[in-house]
Amino acid sequence: MVSKLFPLVVEGASVRRGRKVLVGPVDLIQEGQGVTIVIGPNGAGKTSLLRMLHGIARLGSGSINWACDDIEARRRQAFVFQSPIIMRRSVLGNLAYPLRLTGMSRTDANARATAAAHEVGLGDMLARPAPFLSGGERQKLALARALITKPELLFLDEPCASLDGRATREIEAILIRTSAAGTRLIMSTHDMGQARRLATEVLFLLNGKIHEHGSAEQFFAGPETAQANAFLKGDIVE
Amino acid sequence: MIDIWSGLSQAFWLLVTLDADLVEITLRSLRVTMTALVIACAIALPLGAFLAVRRFRARRVTIAVLNALMGLPPVVVGLIVYVFFSRSGPFGVLGLLFTPTAMIIAQVIIITPLIASIAHQALRELWSDYHDLLISMNTTQRQRIQALLWDGRRALLTAALAGFGRAIGEVGAIMVVGGNIDHHTRVLTTAIALETGKGDFALALGLGFVLIFMAIAVNLAIHYISRTEQEGRW
Amino acid sequence: MKRIIISAIASLAMTGAALSDDMKLAVTTSFHNSGLADILLPQIKEDTGIEVQLLVVGTGQAIKLGEAGDVDAILVHSLKAEEKFLAGGFGTHRREIMYNDFVFIGPSTDEAKLADATSAADALRRIEAASAPFVSRGDDSGTHKKERSLWAAVDVEPAGDWYNAVGAGMGAALNTAAGMNAYIMSDRASWLNFGNKADLALVYAGDPALFNQYAFLPVNPQKHPHVKTDLAAELEAWLVSDVAKDLINGYKINGETLFVFNAE
Repeated sequence: MVSKLFPLVVEGASVRRGRKVLVGPVDLIQEGQGVTIVIGPNGAGKTSLLRMLHGIARLGSGSINWACDDIEARRRQAFVFQSPIIMRRSVLGNLAYPLRLTGMSRTDANARATAAAHEVGLGDMLARPAPFLSGGERQKLALARALITKPELLFLDEPCASLDGRATREIEAILIRTSAAGTRLIMSTHDMGQARRLATEVLFLLNGKIHEHGSAEQFFAGPETAQANAFLKGDIVE
Repeated sequence: MIDIWSGLSQAFWLLVTLDADLVEITLRSLRVTMTALVIACAIALPLGAFLAVRRFRARRVTIAVLNALMGLPPVVVGLIVYVFFSRSGPFGVLGLLFTPTAMIIAQVIIITPLIASIAHQALRELWSDYHDLLISMNTTQRQRIQALLWDGRRALLTAALAGFGRAIGEVGAIMVVGGNIDHHTRVLTTAIALETGKGDFALALGLGFVLIFMAIAVNLAIHYISRTEQEGRW
Repeated sequence: MKRIIISAIASLAMTGAALSDDMKLAVTTSFHNSGLADILLPQIKEDTGIEVQLLVVGTGQAIKLGEAGDVDAILVHSLKAEEKFLAGGFGTHRREIMYNDFVFIGPSTDEAKLADATSAADALRRIEAASAPFVSRGDDSGTHKKERSLWAAVDVEPAGDWYNAVGAGMGAALNTAAGMNAYIMSDRASWLNFGNKADLALVYAGDPALFNQYAFLPVNPQKHPHVKTDLAAELEAWLVSDVAKDLINGYKINGETLFVFNAE
């Protein structure tokens, strides 16, 4: 799949809250293949970086340029939040919602949503009110809902935080399938095992700045900076 | 206390014998209030959602005004509507004064701020939940409002029922604009005021109990309908 | 949703327009409380086909409704206000129909001894002298105006803890008097029909100064072209007819005659 989104060129982009800089200034170029994993200590700006790239955090400076125009770009992306935002409707209603937004008929949307629910193992709870699902089921639902419009780029903000091992494995399996099908993934995590399993590229954030950026292979073999090395070892890095 | 018992027994007999006048004014009460409720909801619910979703300069002022209007004495609303719809007023040619339509207009004015304010409170919370998701999905303002109205429908039902309660029990405004004309604009509350004025407390209380029964019945009916329409709790 | 609202409005608009042979008459609370309307209206409907819709309000509001053209005629009992109404050109003429009388109601123990009063003026002086609790309508109604004129006639400006202007209709004012066990001036009809008499009793009546003349005043079509002058004229003709005379003179509550027909 050739994406119209890439290359993504980020120049001097930052996000502020008041006078505090949450992330940036960031200079970054992203191409259309692979899985980029964003790591770094708490408060390093992982969430802010993802939100900034997706365009739901207001830019304090700099620019983010997609290969296509911004509105088109947003339509080709989706975002999975750390604590899944589940709409107060049925599982089916949640899955069908993004399709209905595109103007698809109710019948078609429901058919697609039903198929998507079966793919992620939610097929037997279509009519269940989604807010009452378990944590793992909710995150799978959020993921399936994000994927239902077949985005070319999917952002995931620590999707497996607070999930148990089994749910994490299920989510990772879906992500691997998704990536294999050609969807670009940019995902933050604090789980280094997960980072090693999924990443083709690593962004190491520290104090709101990209401290190290390289291929996963190189990074995990031996990071260039002392801080990244310490972080990988599990030391406290500031 | 004797009045309470005789009121209850009056209510009982009025109900079991299906007194023709009682049925007439009860149905009129329901028709006027239900119509007012539908119109008020059509205005207030989207307004509440809009205020939750949209940040604009006059927003705080609008919310403050809505909250203040909730406490507007119905008689004042009645007088304002009267002045506008009097034959000597700007809309006098419509000939709506002392008709059920004028009563509906007054009730719409009374309950719209109430419903909008409660709806706004409820939808503001829902919007803080949905904010990131709906922004991420690139939704239009209209789509956001639609999503909030649909997913918040249970809270909105409460808002609507609060509006119903205020409208069905309202007497000050509809007395002024409806005129309490027998077989034309007399409703339960104005009939109660009339009987109280005559000192017939038992009949007034009886009608009051009928009003209470009806309000309870409507509440139960609406909850029953809304529960059977949707499986699950949302 | 929109369709529901539109059809709801349409259906209401139609019910408003469908009524044709009806007219609106503003009457005073005291007249309505007498119960006479329940006798007269069905007969009017039968004889003339006119459906008279009553707006039961205080005299002040009745006059206002007439001035604004919101009713087709008024039936009130306050000569001064009626003359002002005519002087302003709001009515075509004034037709006297009937009269009843005002009575003094008070606690059955009658501390102020109104039962021994020689006239209405004397009755008021006794209340003031005893500072006995007194409830006044205080709502600018015909009854209230009458009461004020009686006070003025005895040169007393009623004020003080014992004088309670409640600003309410006759029934509500009677309820208040019953609650306070106070004196009050009421029209006889409202008193007889009143259901919550508690410890109150009729303590003084009979002075011709307490007679209460009802008059019928059609609203002037030159001020308000939409008023139903024809129906008002037809109603007036009926009100002064022999049928009306028999009904009015024959109307009794607890065996007591309430109204005296005196149309000419």
